[in-house]
Amino acid sequence: MAKIIVVTSGKGGVGKTTTSASFASGLAIRGHKTVVIDFDVGLRNLDLVMGCERRVVYDLINVINSEVHLQQALIKDKHCENLFVLAASQTRDKEALNKEGVGRVFQELAEMDFEFIVCDSPAGIETGAMMAMHFADEALVVTNPEVSSVRDSDRILGMLSSKTLRAIEGREPVKEHLLITRYNPTRVQGGEMLSIEDIHEILRIKLIGVVPESEVVLQASNQGVPVIHMAGADASEAYKDIVARFLGEDKPMRFIDLVKPGFFKRLFGAR
Amino acid sequence: MGFLSFMLGEKQKSATVAKERLQIILAHERTSRSASPDYLPALQRELLAVVTKYVSIHPNDIKVHLERHDNLEVLEVKIELPDGPR
Repeated sequence: MAKIIVVTSGKGGVGKTTTSASFASGLAIRGHKTVVIDFDVGLRNLDLVMGCERRVVYDLINVINSEVHLQQALIKDKHCENLFVLAASQTRDKEALNKEGVGRVFQELAEMDFEFIVCDSPAGIETGAMMAMHFADEALVVTNPEVSSVRDSDRILGMLSSKTLRAIEGREPVKEHLLITRYNPTRVQGGEMLSIEDIHEILRIKLIGVVPESEVVLQASNQGVPVIHMAGADASEAYKDIVARFLGEDKPMRFIDLVKPGFFKRLFGAR
Repeated sequence: MGFLSFMLGEKQKSATVAKERLQIILAHERTSRSASPDYLPALQRELLAVVTKYVSIHPNDIKVHLERHDNLEVLEVKIELPDGPR
């Protein structure tokens, strides 16, 4: 049975799509057949971040409305062998999504032997976000070390535990993972940014990883390459660790402590 | 240290302020989210309908209240019967 993972946050601009792209790519790199689905109907962007925007012909809504076969809408990723992208519709509105249709698509994906279905949720708590989380087995709650993001994450956690199919059927609850992005150890040290411990104490769910604030994230999205492929970059390593932890490996947290610049670095100001 | 920084008029770190504000607002929002599930008013109406079949009581004599502790939920239903024989 395919495992369904929703990448959600409530707040916009915290890194859901960046995370969905890199997390799904990471699972595929590790050999798992994975599909990543954009639920942001009307404002799709996963295709741009994945670099497949010019290859989108059909989308999720076409499949839900039975206008095309699922195979016709799945876009094979150019970087990973086992990865497929299902884009959102740019022209319809969010009301085009419905539980029956989404459930049927997931069922078909499971029959195609997909191991992981990663759902990139839109911001907010409207239909798109509710549909993205409805069938989830696990959730990556993307949070920035900033008050509005933490508050919205708390709200989303409340919905994961009450509005999802697992909650409604009284099954084992959705497994929630805290994923902190745009973390800046220097500012945390200076007392001007919430620390991992602060966020963890407030949201009280298990931390799966911390992605440091990094210029590479923008460089990657500029080129349409998921940041996990940016070899050697800290954000890339952080996402690889997150995927490893998700698959049950024990990896210590990295990029969370302040690194004092070395003598030469200070002298020449190299980055 | 606290006294010293107070005497020097040192300001509290903004991250500390953020954490405190979040803890207060989220404690408030979590209780208002969970305090009264949607079904409580309907439950109260239906209970009233059943009880008034046998005893005549005033709508305000039925109190339905849900309390949440860490791992425990208590649904409290209080029905006040009228004094003396009908």
